[in-house]
Amino acid sequence: MKAKLKLTLFSAVAAGLVSMPSFAQSPAEKVYVPHGKHDEFYAFLSGGYNGQVGVYGLPSGRLLRVIPVFSVFPMNGYGYSEETKAMLMTSHGFIPWGDTHHPELSQTNGVPDGRWLFINENNTPRVARIDLRTFETTEIIEIPFSAGNHASSFITPDSKYVTAATRFSIPIPQKDVPIAEYKKYFKGTLTFIRADKPGKMDIAFQILVPGYDYDLAHCGKGPSYGWCFFTSYNTEQAHTLLEINASMKDKDYIAAVNWKRAEQCIAEGKYKEVKTKYAHNYRPETDRIARTEWKTSVKWIIPKECPGVVYYLPTPKSPHGVDVSPDGKYIIGGGKLATVIPIHSFDKMINAIKNKQFAGEIDGIPVLKYEAVNHCELPNPCLGPLHTEFDGKGHAYTSCFISSDVVIYDYKKCKVVSRVPTYYSVGHLMIPGGDSAKPWGKYLLPMNKITKDVFLPTGAELPHAGQLYDISKSSVTGGKPEFLLDVAELGEPHYAQAIPAKILAPKSIKIFELDKNKNPYVTRSEEEAKVVRKGNVVHVYMTAIRSHFTPDNIEGVKVGDTVYFHVTNIEQDWDIPHGFAVFGAKNSNLLIMPGETLTLKWKPEKPGVYPFYCTDFCSALHQEMQGYVRVSPKDANVPIKYGTGEEMHVVK
Amino acid sequence: MSWISRGLIALASIIMIGIYFKPLWEITLYAPQYREGLKMIIWVNKITGGTPHDLRNINLLNHYVGMKKIDPNSIPELKILPVIFGFMIFLGFLTAVTGNTKLLYAWAVLITIIGIASLVDFWWWEYDYGHNLNPHAPIKIPGMAYQPPMFGCKNLLNFRACAFPSTGTYLLAVSGTLGVISAVIEFFRRRKTQ
Repeated sequence: MKAKLKLTLFSAVAAGLVSMPSFAQSPAEKVYVPHGKHDEFYAFLSGGYNGQVGVYGLPSGRLLRVIPVFSVFPMNGYGYSEETKAMLMTSHGFIPWGDTHHPELSQTNGVPDGRWLFINENNTPRVARIDLRTFETTEIIEIPFSAGNHASSFITPDSKYVTAATRFSIPIPQKDVPIAEYKKYFKGTLTFIRADKPGKMDIAFQILVPGYDYDLAHCGKGPSYGWCFFTSYNTEQAHTLLEINASMKDKDYIAAVNWKRAEQCIAEGKYKEVKTKYAHNYRPETDRIARTEWKTSVKWIIPKECPGVVYYLPTPKSPHGVDVSPDGKYIIGGGKLATVIPIHSFDKMINAIKNKQFAGEIDGIPVLKYEAVNHCELPNPCLGPLHTEFDGKGHAYTSCFISSDVVIYDYKKCKVVSRVPTYYSVGHLMIPGGDSAKPWGKYLLPMNKITKDVFLPTGAELPHAGQLYDISKSSVTGGKPEFLLDVAELGEPHYAQAIPAKILAPKSIKIFELDKNKNPYVTRSEEEAKVVRKGNVVHVYMTAIRSHFTPDNIEGVKVGDTVYFHVTNIEQDWDIPHGFAVFGAKNSNLLIMPGETLTLKWKPEKPGVYPFYCTDFCSALHQEMQGYVRVSPKDANVPIKYGTGEEMHVVK
Repeated sequence: MSWISRGLIALASIIMIGIYFKPLWEITLYAPQYREGLKMIIWVNKITGGTPHDLRNINLLNHYVGMKKIDPNSIPELKILPVIFGFMIFLGFLTAVTGNTKLLYAWAVLITIIGIASLVDFWWWEYDYGHNLNPHAPIKIPGMAYQPPMFGCKNLLNFRACAFPSTGTYLLAVSGTLGVISAVIEFFRRRKTQ
């Protein structure tokens, strides 16, 4: 009996061992998400010059949604509908395009919490908030006294501030000066935007700094909480042929900003209030109508007048990325032309400040001695190191543009562990939570600048490529990351963020509650649908439901009128949007979600009868979801008349 | 009346109160894009949906085949039934308190009639709902009716409709059974003593 039991046990163990290798999944199995299952992570990739954010599922690499942020989006009417136009207002007027760079998830205690995604616009400096319940841009603030808002939008661990800075120094305040007098007039600003209150984004303060190019940033956490770090290049202050003239110096600087100290200076009145004008655009969740609030001043902190607010950390060769380890103790600079990766120590920096180990001072900003702050220089890392992410297991992953690879190293011991190739010329890279205090170190996504032969050719213009690596085992065993998948990306992803789906998916809304729709032009039922003339303006209060509009016949509109179609989708079912397009409209269509009201402005120019229709295949009788507007000559005497199906209502 | 019978009819009345708090019947419609099901929940005094919008969405889908809109306000049963059951609860307690056997028999007979009548009425309502179609409906399929089942499941075009009694009906069944048992006990006790 006992022997039999032993035999059974032995065979069971043996069978288990034999079958074990079959549990190891192939790369294809690791990225395959079968029907009925969802991706493990949401990834948010900036779209660069498309002004959008792409939402992808990981590990499948499937594109789930495009969120328009700084660019108009005719697909759903963002930037065209009356409800969203104001989102793109700036002090320069309405701007239909932007350049999105660095998405950053909101954090609580240094960990992404899935409330919001922030992203910066580089060209006309702005920072946006995306609400992750709706995946919509709900707030945009313009940054005054700035140009090339690149070192943005990096967040503090409590989401109190997001950063902004001048990659392009400019005359501050702007004025007409010879470009050659750069050194005399050009300045930079490091901006802190209050970010933790929706609808209340505000420029908390700007620090006026020497006219270098402030490139990237990351904020401290844990022991380094209260500090943010900004890289700079062009400390040579060149204004032409920067590729040569801004690459002269052996070292540029990382600006370490003590924002707690800045807050102190503000509280003590050590600041200068400066008049200016900039837009703050907000789309509240009540009426969902974007509006612009004009702000008129900012607080400037001059480092000389607020000692201790900024220190310069010399860092080799035009550093690009600056990344803080999850424990908040190390600051890694990506000296893009350097032969080493410099790793600074926060503790050493604090000591150097305490012991006044200064190498000099620039405009009231002490320059710390390199040796006094540097923890180590990672030797022979790769060529063209740019950005660094962390896996939470003691490893740093730095992207290397020139050598097209990612170098993986122990940043405390300053020792290279391994390398993985990228295809080709990697820019940013992303590990879910990889710039936070608690990375989910399962995947690595390097995002590349050159694609060439990775995908099927699509003419001269190709999609950007990213490579997904499984790094879950690589750190523990010292093994290499496993290549999983090439991801075709939209636009040019600069940075990305990812968060476990289990944090975000439950927050996602399904519909907008019709009862809570506070749009003044809402039409809650077909009985309430109407057409109202006010002088030359005609308001159409229209409903959309499967499969008709009410009203679907409209008469009495005249050439010279401005017609507003206020279309309310009165569906309350998940994933039943309706579209609205009218013949000859010079703006876009509307894509209206259940319970939502959107407005399309239309100015008919010639008499005739113009069809409108639902652009979203909503139902079996979607093709029947159409209607007509009759447009009469300017002097015609046609009364307003409207209806669907039965008798027409006539407005006398 | 014996204390047992009085206890049973009192218990039957107490249990019957439960139907004001629990639904009587649930009809669920499944389709490929409604894996979670659209649910219609019938109570003694109202009709609700599985989610706040299910009823609206069922009505919306049904208009394609010309089914009438379910408007709880236009269903008289939802106003009458609460009164009827209220009366039965009152009568039950009165019987228990007075120990009047005639009242008990009346209760047992009434609940049987009410039970059967309710089911017949429900069937008729379902028949009318599924057969009385708008002649101008966009989707017309000759010979097709959309009467939902009362027990079990049935395919209706792209939907699979499943209907089952819910807690309230079971409470009612238990209540009625207890009342009838009480009456039967009294009936046999009487015969014995006579």
